[in-house]
Amino acid sequence: MTAIAPESAEQAPAPPARPVGGGSSRLAHGDRGTTTIAHIVLVVWAVIVIGPMLWTLFSSFKTTNEIFSSPFGLPADWNFDNYVSAWTEHAIGTWFVNTVIVVGFALAGVMLLGAMCSYVLARYSFPGRRAIYYLMLAGLTFPPFLAIVPLFFVLDNIGLLNTLPGLIVTYIAFALPFTVFFLYAFFKTLPEELAEAAAIDGAGHWRTFFQVMLPMAIPGMASVAIFNFLGLWNQFLLPVALNTDRDNYVLSQGMASFVSQAGYAVDFGSMFAAVVITVVPVLIVYIVFQRQLQGSVSQGTMK
Amino acid sequence: MTEVVDGGDAIAKVGARAPGRRRAPRGGLRPRMSWEYVSFLAVFLVFPVGLFLLFVIWPFAQAAFYALTDWSGFSDEFNVVGLDNFVKLWNDPLFMTAVGNSMKLALVVPLVTVVVSLAFASLITVGGQGRGQIRGLGGSGFYRVISFFPYVIPGIVIAIMWRLILDPQMGLVNGVLTGIGLNQFEDFPWLGRVATAMPWTMFVMIWGFVGFYMLLFIAAIKGVPAETYEAARLDGAGRIRMAWSVTLPLIRDNVQTAWIYLGIGALDGFVYVVALNPSGGPENSTLVMSQQLFRTAFTQGQFGYASAMGVILALVTLLFAAIVFSVNRLLGGRDEKGRA
Repeated sequence: MTAIAPESAEQAPAPPARPVGGGSSRLAHGDRGTTTIAHIVLVVWAVIVIGPMLWTLFSSFKTTNEIFSSPFGLPADWNFDNYVSAWTEHAIGTWFVNTVIVVGFALAGVMLLGAMCSYVLARYSFPGRRAIYYLMLAGLTFPPFLAIVPLFFVLDNIGLLNTLPGLIVTYIAFALPFTVFFLYAFFKTLPEELAEAAAIDGAGHWRTFFQVMLPMAIPGMASVAIFNFLGLWNQFLLPVALNTDRDNYVLSQGMASFVSQAGYAVDFGSMFAAVVITVVPVLIVYIVFQRQLQGSVSQGTMK
Repeated sequence: MTEVVDGGDAIAKVGARAPGRRRAPRGGLRPRMSWEYVSFLAVFLVFPVGLFLLFVIWPFAQAAFYALTDWSGFSDEFNVVGLDNFVKLWNDPLFMTAVGNSMKLALVVPLVTVVVSLAFASLITVGGQGRGQIRGLGGSGFYRVISFFPYVIPGIVIAIMWRLILDPQMGLVNGVLTGIGLNQFEDFPWLGRVATAMPWTMFVMIWGFVGFYMLLFIAAIKGVPAETYEAARLDGAGRIRMAWSVTLPLIRDNVQTAWIYLGIGALDGFVYVVALNPSGGPENSTLVMSQQLFRTAFTQGQFGYASAMGVILALVTLLFAAIVFSVNRLLGGRDEKGRA
């Protein structure tokens, strides 16, 4: 599959002894020049990425006055007042809890339903199987903006508009195509003998799925779950359009409303703190699952 | 392997009956009808597909219909007005401005993002020293982890963060600029000027996108056998030549996928423009189609008209994907000829 050394040189075993000096010194010199430029470019990018994040972090510990009087230095003293006020006064706490509830249930739901649906589509034969699969694929490509207006009324009609359960089912439905698309390929590759063995042992369809197939699919499920988690946590359009009750806000839309509140009255310190509160959970998930995340992308891109 | 790997229903059925074959070939079990089987199908197939049809497909279908009506959304009455909405859109200067802005985003953002993330991915995977084993630049693990950070930050938070960074009075950008002696930027409203609002919007989107596409390209490049790069190097190819003549053609499909996803993301752009400039920017210079659609639907209550905008957005998206596919095919075709 891959024969290239790990991308991080410092983790790689020591390189083989380099040929020293000789006729290629001119080349080596040019090589060093290019390497230096490459490093400079990457360092500049790293600064562009990290700088704003650190600045936000530092600002979150400053009072609004301090933010305006000395936007740059480190905070005079590291106080957590902004975090307290963001969490309580500005309802970040409520929105955070809402987000955890909505994303948690939606993630569990879409993983279960997605696994079931893709299993049936991948391993059973019945009329219309292909049609359903292609319909799912089509659902991946349409811009959700087109659906948002009628969706508003679908939810209204079944009484789920402005409720967390309404948001959860919508999240599940919109994350389903991606999940099915990904897991379909995964269930296709599981060996047929397993299902046969299970059938000979007397397992029905339900048991075969839950006790044989699903455990086998866990590595694939984990990758999809990471993507779905990030996607659902970041979801913005659906809650903004379908969930207008302030008490039911999720973080992303709460943040947006926070910012759009009348310009001068905004409590900037709390806003910085809110940004940090929103970023930290995903950043932790990323750092913990970093390797798997990369693996899952390679799985998705390799044929 | 003698079995049909990806057979359609018909093939699977034939396979199931062929003598000497396994009873259940790949591509489908054909179980007996039983209560257990029926309940299984109901829960495993009918329920999820039903959810998908009700919440995804049905709204899409309805939207296509509403686009032909003058429905306001607040009454039960509406008239089918045919293509009037589309004629009206064509003559709506605000919407045409939004279309233009969306096009700008769809052209610039994918181009810059692909070039930057491909360059960084190349450096990190195969851009190391010109001798010895093919490997990435020293310290690339560090660059890799750092560069991915924006990928995990929600789009809305990225935009909010940059709005604070670009704030005229307390923002980081003006602080750095005045710090190095450029005092004319002391109160410069980057997002409040026509000349700078759109470029900064593009920059913020690119900042948010690069991490993910680096991840994608790194994964793709790692799938290329190292011998290919070694051979190129023996032929005297430098880093840029390798990226252009080896990496790019070999991961062509990944680049195409990236380009399409980026284009769709940029055509949408809602999260970014709304947070950076809720009003649509100075003289509507950052107003995009999705933002105008949202306003028309939920602030002005013109649902029929907004649905027509949605149809246009969907068509533009499909058109964009079609163009990317054709360009890729044209370029690929030329390559094939060149090789022959």
